[in-house]
Amino acid sequence: MCIVRRDITLAMRRRTDILTTLFFFIIVASLFPLGVGSEKEILRFLGPGVVWVAALLASMLALERLFASDYADGTLEQMLLTPQPLSVLVLGKVCAHWLLCGLPLVLIAPLIGLQYGLDGTALAVMMAALLIGTPVLSLVGAIGAALTLGLRGGGILLSLLVLPLYIPVLVYGAGAVTVSAIDLADVQPFMALLAAFLILALAFSPLATAAALRISVE
Amino acid sequence: MQHADARLQVAALEVQRGDRRLFSGLDFTLVSGELLHVRGPNGCGKTTLLRALCGLLLPQAGEVLWNGTSIRRLGEEFTRDVIFLGHLNGIKQELNGIENLRVAATLDGDQVDDAAIWDALKQIGLAGFEDLPTMVLSQGQKKRVALARLLLSGAKLWILDEPFVALDRRAVALLEALIVAQVGRGGLVVMTTHQEVALTSGTIRTLDLGGPVRGG
Repeated sequence: MCIVRRDITLAMRRRTDILTTLFFFIIVASLFPLGVGSEKEILRFLGPGVVWVAALLASMLALERLFASDYADGTLEQMLLTPQPLSVLVLGKVCAHWLLCGLPLVLIAPLIGLQYGLDGTALAVMMAALLIGTPVLSLVGAIGAALTLGLRGGGILLSLLVLPLYIPVLVYGAGAVTVSAIDLADVQPFMALLAAFLILALAFSPLATAAALRISVE
Repeated sequence: MQHADARLQVAALEVQRGDRRLFSGLDFTLVSGELLHVRGPNGCGKTTLLRALCGLLLPQAGEVLWNGTSIRRLGEEFTRDVIFLGHLNGIKQELNGIENLRVAATLDGDQVDDAAIWDALKQIGLAGFEDLPTMVLSQGQKKRVALARLLLSGAKLWILDEPFVALDRRAVALLEALIVAQVGRGGLVVMTTHQEVALTSGTIRTLDLGGPVRGG
């Protein structure tokens, strides 16, 4: 996909954007052990939730930029006028966005998890859950980003719109990690639900985002 | 390359921005080999009309028809035939001219090789600037990168919003020649400009949008 390659090239020429998201994630997640003390039991208890909330906020932070620069320099309206289906272009952009902002979070998450004293299985489950969950965040967030495009104070509005929609992913994502610590429990239902969210988001989010973009560009 | 006959038709078009009606009951037909020069004072809705023509803006009433079918219904079949250059150049600052044109051509579905892109940039007067990121180029040079798309695209309908702005005299002459060639091979051009364009073939038609109409 041409658009994926374009967005990745663009991001590589302006690397600060990716790094800020990643460092935001690391710093937010590292503040908690400093704040609540180094009690091992508490940290292990808090860990999954904190990592997921930090991932949520970090991907929120990156969302604003998803369409903003394309909107500002007119490339977005050119995209609307190409003979390609807009929803496919949107999917391409979201893919690139996830590769740049979501995947690094997934890869760095085990390091964060170690700060919370999570063990090997919990870390593996967390990575897997993030791997399935973060694309959902990007896809759902894209709808919000498209809707708030070009509005003043769009950033705050975007978080108000999108964060409530992230709740199911948060609940099942963090739930999977917590449950993995219990011997008898099975994480499979959590993963299956996350995967179901992903499939739903993959199917509907590009269409909704494309419609929202048409409204915003008008 | 000769274009097949095409027809752009506007029927009872009405557009409002906010609570201000810019124009209503607008009718005209433009066929192959014609240029429509949209004129009018600032704020009378020239840009808005062009955006409605290419489908970026949904009119309050009326329709834009391409070869007799509404552009809403045609969707991608219409956008394949149209190229729109607006006030925004639609090029990425971080990419160089070559990369910008390559992305644009791929998205437009045109099969264009690198040699053709180098050639287009040379023709448009950007030889030697091809591999600089466009953010270091001047306004006029950025505009030229955007205009180079006209050379690469096979679109029948060109919709140009103030294409002469920021261009020097040689670039203006070059663009005029491009427009003449497009009209000559049976293409359609709709443009706004405060400049007169002389055609050697085809017809120029003018559309005067009145002053801003108040109320609504």
